[in-house]
Amino acid sequence: MEEKELILSVKDLKVSFKTDNGTVKAVRGVNFDLHIGETIAIVGESGSGKSVSAKAVMGLLSNNATIEGGTIYYTWNDEYTGEKKETDIVKMSGEDMQKIIRGRKIAMVFQDPMTSLDPTMTIGKQIMEPMIVHYNKSKAEAYKKAVELLKLVGITDGERRMKNYPHQLSGGMRQRIVIAIALSCDPYVLICDEPTTALDVTIQAKILKLIQDIQKQKELSVIYITHDLGVVAKVADHINVMYAGKIVETGTTEEIFYDPRHPYTWGLLSSMPDMSTESDTLYSIPGTPPNMIKEITGDPFARRNPYALQIDYRLEPPMFPVKGSDTHKVASWLMHEKAPKVEMPETLKKRIEAMKRGDK
Amino acid sequence: MMSDTILEVKELKQYFRLSRKEIVRAVDGISFTIEKGKTYGLVGESGSGKSTTGRSIIRLYKPTGGQILFQGTDISGKLKADEKKFLHTKMQMIFQDPMACLNPRKKVIDIIGEGLMIHKVCKTREEMEQKVYQILDLVGLSKEHAKRYPHQFSGGQRQRIGIARALVLEPDLIIADEAISALDVSIQAQVVNLMKKIQKETGIAYLFIAHDLSMVKYISDHIGVLHLGHLVESGSVEEIFENPIHPYTKSLLTAIPVPNPRVERTKVLHEYDISMLDCPYTESKRIYIGGTHYVLGTEDEVEKWRKE
Repeated sequence: MEEKELILSVKDLKVSFKTDNGTVKAVRGVNFDLHIGETIAIVGESGSGKSVSAKAVMGLLSNNATIEGGTIYYTWNDEYTGEKKETDIVKMSGEDMQKIIRGRKIAMVFQDPMTSLDPTMTIGKQIMEPMIVHYNKSKAEAYKKAVELLKLVGITDGERRMKNYPHQLSGGMRQRIVIAIALSCDPYVLICDEPTTALDVTIQAKILKLIQDIQKQKELSVIYITHDLGVVAKVADHINVMYAGKIVETGTTEEIFYDPRHPYTWGLLSSMPDMSTESDTLYSIPGTPPNMIKEITGDPFARRNPYALQIDYRLEPPMFPVKGSDTHKVASWLMHEKAPKVEMPETLKKRIEAMKRGDK
Repeated sequence: MMSDTILEVKELKQYFRLSRKEIVRAVDGISFTIEKGKTYGLVGESGSGKSTTGRSIIRLYKPTGGQILFQGTDISGKLKADEKKFLHTKMQMIFQDPMACLNPRKKVIDIIGEGLMIHKVCKTREEMEQKVYQILDLVGLSKEHAKRYPHQFSGGQRQRIGIARALVLEPDLIIADEAISALDVSIQAQVVNLMKKIQKETGIAYLFIAHDLSMVKYISDHIGVLHLGHLVESGSVEEIFENPIHPYTKSLLTAIPVPNPRVERTKVLHEYDISMLDCPYTESKRIYIGGTHYVLGTEDEVEKWRKE
C-alpha cells in the first residue's frame, strides 16, 4: 500500500457531557486517521459516540460538552505560500475555527435534509451564502458557482431550482442541495453523518454514487458515520467500529467484512439481514448498550458478550494488532496470546464464506 | 376459503383534493388480501402511497373508492357505532417514530392501558394494570417500566411500547407503518424477532409497510410492490425475490446495499424511469405469471421483461 498523506488525525479524543444526572462520558479515547482521498467509516449503534466524535472535529459540540483530552490534528497546505501547516482543532478558539476550518476545510452533511436547510430562504441563497461569507465573493460570482454546483450534484435545471424553497423539493433533492452547500467552499474533508438514513433505498443508492463521483473529481477525503453496514460495504476503504465511546475494531473494509475479530463486530454483521439468509430469526445482540453516566470498569461490551472472559469484567482491553496486517486492530482480550481460542459463530462463518465466493 | 382471509382490499382508491383543479391520486386502485396469521409486506419509495394505503385501511382517511373487507365486513363506507368499535379494537397500528406517537406526559401504563379503558374491555383499573403487565412481559419489558415516562426509554424500548399498545386489545391485524425504519440495525433485528414471536404465539396478521426490502423479506409471506399508487408487482416472497419481473421491482432489489464489499463495489444499478413503460399504469392490466405472482403491464411488456 502506498503511503498517502495524512490530512486528519484524531488521537485519544475524550468528550464528556454535563447533564442533570451526572457526567456522560460519550467519547472515551478515540483514535483514527484520515488520508487524502480516502473514505473511512465510523460504524456503531446510536449512543456509541460516533456523531459526537464527528462534531468534535467540526467544533460543533453543544455548550454542555467538554473535550477532556486528546488532539485532532488537521494538516493542510497554505493557499498562498503552499507551506505545510498543522493545527490542533481542540486548541483552536471558536472564532478561528469558524474562520479557518469549518466550511472551508471540513464540511459536513447531516442526516435530515429538512432540518439542515432554512425553510425561509431559497436554496439559491443558501448555496451562495457560505461563499459570500467565507470568501467575500461577489453575488454574481457566487451565483455562477452555485449553478455549477447544482449541476455537479445532478440537478439539471439549476437556474430554475435556485428560486425554489426547500419544501418544494423531494427528500433526495434536498439532500443533494445539502451536499452542494457543503461543497460550496471547496472543502478537503467531507463528514457525512448518516447521509442516507432518512432516504429511500433507490435514492440512497443515487446519493452514495453521487458522493463517490464527486470524491473522485475533487480528491475529497470523506468520513461516513452510519449504522448501515450495507452503505459501508459500498463506499468505505477503512472501517472503524465504535462501541460505548471507543473504537473496538479497525481495519480495511475487506478485513472487517471477511475477517472480523471482535465479538461486537460479529454481532453487527450477523444482525444484518442479507438477501440469502434462510434462518427464521435474525440474530440480535442481547441486552442494551451500557449507561455512559456510570463509570465503566473492564470491557463495556462484556455484559452483552457471550464470549466474555473473566478479565473482561475487570480490565479494559487495549488495541491488539492482528497478526499479518498493519491496519487491522482489535480491542478485545480474546486477541491476547494467552486467551482461549474462540471461533466466530457458525452462521456468520458460513455467510462470510458465501460472501467471499461472491454470492449475494 | 373465505374463513382464512382476514383482510381483502379491492380496487382501493384514495385521492386528495389539493385545490379545485388538482387532485393527488395517492392510491389508485390496488387490490390485495391478507390471510390469517400471515404477513403482507408493502414496499415502495416515498410517495408511492404505501403509508396512505395503511391509513385508509385503518380508516384514518375515508377511501375515495373501492372496498375494504375486514373479516367479511365492509369497512370502507360510513361506519355504524358497533362497526367502529369492531374496527378500532380488532385492527391496530404501529407507527414509525416511537417518540412522536407516545404521549410524553403519560406514563407507559396509561399509554398502553388507554384503549382498554376507552373500549371498556377492563372494568377496573386493577384489571387494566394486570393486563398491561402481561403485555409488557410479552414484548420483553418488565413491570417496573410501566411507571416510567416515554422519554426514559431508548428507541428500541419505545418501539416495544408502541407494539405493546397495539397488542393490548388483542387485535387480529396490526398495520406496522415503517415500524423499524427509525431504529438501529441491531435493534431492528430485536423488534423484527419480537414481532415474529408474537405472531407465532397469537396468530396475528401483519401489514408490514417499509421501504427496506431486506427486512421485508425476513418478515413477510407475501409482498406487494407499490409505485405511484399502483401495485406494480405482487406475489409470495420467493416469487418476488427469485423472479422479479417488473423493472421497478428490479431497480428496488438492486438498490439494496448488500453487506459484502466485493459484490457491492461491482454492482450495476438498474435505473427505473416511468417513461420506460410503453403504456401508463392506469391502462395496464394485472397479468398472471403463476402461483400468486401478478405483474402490472401489457402482455407485450411482460413478455419483454421476462426475456431481459
